[in-house]
Amino acid sequence: MPAISLAKAPQPASTNPAQIRNFCIIAHIDHGKSTLADRMLGITEVVDPRNMRAQYLDRMDIERERGITIKSQAVRLPWRSGVDGQEYILNMIDTPGHVDFTYEVSRSLAACEGAVLLVDCAQGIEAQTLANLYLAMENNLTIIPVLNKIDLPNAQPEKFAAELAKLIGCQPEDCLRVSGKTGDGVKELLDEIVKQIPAPKGDPNAPARALIFDSVYDSYRGVVTYVRVIDGHLSPREQIQMFSTGVRHEALEVGVISPEPVASKGLGVGEVGYLITGVKDVRQSRVGDTITTFNNPTKHALAGYKDPKPMVFSGLFPLDGADFPALREALDKLQLNDAALVYEPESSAALGFGFRCGFLGLLHMEIVRERLEREHKLNLISTAPNVVYNVTMDDGKEVRVTNPSEFPDGKVAVVKEPIVKSTILAPSEFIGTIMELCQERRGVLLGMDYISEDRVEIRYDLPLAEIVFDFFDQLKSRTKGYASLDYEEKGDAEGNLVKVDILLQGEAVDAFSAIVHRDKAYAYGVMMTGKLRQLIPRQQFDVPIQAAIGSRIIARESISAIRKDVLAKCYGGDISRKRKLLEKQKEGKKRMKMVGRVEVPQEAFVAALATDADIEKVKAARKL
Amino acid sequence: MALSYYVHIPYCIKRCGYCDFNTYTPSELQDGATLELVSNDYIDAVLAELDTTPREEVPTIFFGGGTPSLLPADDLGRVISAIKVRNGLTPDCEITLEANPDSVTQEKLERYLEVGFNRISFGMQSAKAHVLAVLDRTHNPENVKRSVDMARAAGFESISVDLIYGTPGESIDDWRESVTTALSLDIDHISAYALIVESGTKLAAQIKRGEFSMPNDDLMADMYLLVDEMCESQGLSWYELSNWSKPGHECRHNIAYWENKNWWGLGPGAHSHLAGERFWNVKHPTAYKQKLFSKTSPILGSELLTQTQMNTESIMLGIRMRQGISLEMLTSAAIANLANYSENGFLEITQNHVVLTSKGRLIADRIVREITI
Repeated sequence: MPAISLAKAPQPASTNPAQIRNFCIIAHIDHGKSTLADRMLGITEVVDPRNMRAQYLDRMDIERERGITIKSQAVRLPWRSGVDGQEYILNMIDTPGHVDFTYEVSRSLAACEGAVLLVDCAQGIEAQTLANLYLAMENNLTIIPVLNKIDLPNAQPEKFAAELAKLIGCQPEDCLRVSGKTGDGVKELLDEIVKQIPAPKGDPNAPARALIFDSVYDSYRGVVTYVRVIDGHLSPREQIQMFSTGVRHEALEVGVISPEPVASKGLGVGEVGYLITGVKDVRQSRVGDTITTFNNPTKHALAGYKDPKPMVFSGLFPLDGADFPALREALDKLQLNDAALVYEPESSAALGFGFRCGFLGLLHMEIVRERLEREHKLNLISTAPNVVYNVTMDDGKEVRVTNPSEFPDGKVAVVKEPIVKSTILAPSEFIGTIMELCQERRGVLLGMDYISEDRVEIRYDLPLAEIVFDFFDQLKSRTKGYASLDYEEKGDAEGNLVKVDILLQGEAVDAFSAIVHRDKAYAYGVMMTGKLRQLIPRQQFDVPIQAAIGSRIIARESISAIRKDVLAKCYGGDISRKRKLLEKQKEGKKRMKMVGRVEVPQEAFVAALATDADIEKVKAARKL
Repeated sequence: MALSYYVHIPYCIKRCGYCDFNTYTPSELQDGATLELVSNDYIDAVLAELDTTPREEVPTIFFGGGTPSLLPADDLGRVISAIKVRNGLTPDCEITLEANPDSVTQEKLERYLEVGFNRISFGMQSAKAHVLAVLDRTHNPENVKRSVDMARAAGFESISVDLIYGTPGESIDDWRESVTTALSLDIDHISAYALIVESGTKLAAQIKRGEFSMPNDDLMADMYLLVDEMCESQGLSWYELSNWSKPGHECRHNIAYWENKNWWGLGPGAHSHLAGERFWNVKHPTAYKQKLFSKTSPILGSELLTQTQMNTESIMLGIRMRQGISLEMLTSAAIANLANYSENGFLEITQNHVVLTSKGRLIADRIVREITI
């Protein structure tokens, strides 16, 4: 019986580093990481079978529903090795699997000595997993290749073992085969973790140094800081100090997650756990910072992390203008837990008051929005996502544009846009399709390699702006869902970009402006004017809709004046019915936005700017 | 104080495809009774309700439906006599009968006149057989002229026809022909309504299934402008959005509705208005009869209008009429909102009154939204 009861297991603060193994699991979204983690929790008996539930470690509803992990978790698992019969402590550090959260992955990696590379053996490795694998390799982590879902009828373990072997430089037979679902091979995997992953090294007598790899706001306890101790020791009631700021706090509680938080006597070399100081803002407990003690501070900080930089911007506006303060409050709260979220107030002539928000990527944006709506009960309109542009004027003045409406008028010398280096993995039959898509999106081919007989890795430089505009959906649909994508920033590049304005009755509507490549400006203009013609109801006068670059009109449509808006009959019983209808219509009129003299229904903005999901939501709201 | 009466006759031989009125065919009632028995019994209930109403002098009575002309003249006459005895009629009391061109005979018409009717309104709808077919109307278009002539011969002083435009499949030429036909009749009044497809009707289902498609609003607008122009040129002037008449032949009963006078609706589902309070009866004839025969009130619900609601109704109804609304009824913000419409030819402001032009009448609801609170 390899499991050990928690009480008898080596205790935090008194565990010999030689008995500790710190590892993470690198896997793509649906490759079974959470199920494998569940199985590990079960086999090591840290979770009572009666309390077990699927995706145990995913705390947020959104995480469970979407089957993704957003925030890292670190779980202490006691394990008696089936090989040498010795007791060990395995710290499993959960990692997010999506490209938007790569920065969180890199944090987790820095807290580990090894990584389990988990690949669905019916699908093979995905681009994002590959990117994270490379990160782990750069960090000199020991990689244990594992093929998951061997119970599936369409599993191809041989094929994908060969693929992994080629990527890592091991032998195909070195790949473990497990089923997170049935538990097959999981004990063996735990034993291999003990065997292959090196024990942490550190000096127990040196001044304390612990790396903050995550920082989470909890409404009851304040900020919970996740740390990996490198040297020395952290104890409760001790004065700790943030290396970067010198700010001092008392460690009110130190503990480990197993998988519920358990207070401990402290954390020693190589251990992973949490501490609570009573601060309320995650920014005071900055991820990547080094924690030391006030009485015996270290002189050398640990290598930290690069701050995540927002890549995608979108305006978030409350559907009901009165919700603006509530939106601000909700964003403030979310930011406590999500240092990568940035926002500043903005006002739009069309949408009223809202916030321009910066996100790590599209998924990050979706998740933030979903949390605002679900956890904070807000009804939001988001504008189409855009990237940051750096505009240099003829006079040398530079302008940073995070909102197309800020694009400067006047003589523009250079417009620079962010470029990403993207990696696409797909079956080789889709090479042509993928190249066609990348060319359409202004991609520059960097190279292509076969990672196995029939799977290729294609590398392209692409403008980020092209990716934020439905690139991923297109890639998936054109490759029957087989292609996967990863990208990383690669600086700015000059682009032949222009701002297209949309004018209603000659007046530009800020919310509809877009920065697009000159070659695509016409198509955008035609698409947008056409869409608006369908969406804006007829008014008492003709309404021309134009698309323009500067003062040059590139597309036009017209909404002819309304001619009929009257109910013909109005007798006895019709009168109250008609008055009630009128009262209802007056309410509806309040939801109209005036753009100059033109009444534009909120729905038109949503439909013109936003996603299909938005449109569905507005339709649903109207039915209520 | 005066009180007008509306008398609802909730029976039809057959329900027309576009109709969502509170009316029942004998088969829908399923009580196995003959129309005569139903009629007699029904009139007893109406008279019982009449007994609960204020005893004010009566300037107008309007029998609508359903198909009032389905009932024997003597039955309808019992109601008129009862009102006359109980309330008294003004000397010029207008008493209107809605009639189906198929259900009248010379003899019947004379009898209606004898029991007190002096105004008759025929449901003509269209002169085109294919349009009537879509509307699911049973009458033969030829019958309309015959009925109008018989009514005149019988001695009706005021004769009206109802028309419907915008039926699926109806062209502007079809409509012109219908209006021309109507104007060639010996009539004093025309009501013309744009077809409204009410949910739950057979026509709505047919449209949903794609059997018919509704004409666009621009064609509807052209049809309205056409009937307006044709009526005016034949000496029938508009006095309400959907009504045109020769001088002195305006329907005074309907004007009472639009001027928010007091009126009582007798019958199932009928609405009433008394000094700022609106109330309405239970909808089904059987329930209505049961209530009255057990001496309980047939009133199902009521609402007391606030001052704001009364103002809104006055504006909403008044702006549909020839004399328009007085600027005094409007806030200064509302008056400011009118400027645009005035500039664009949708309305005229003369002698402190706002009066809609023909193209303004077509967007009356929109204008009302701009000027009510």
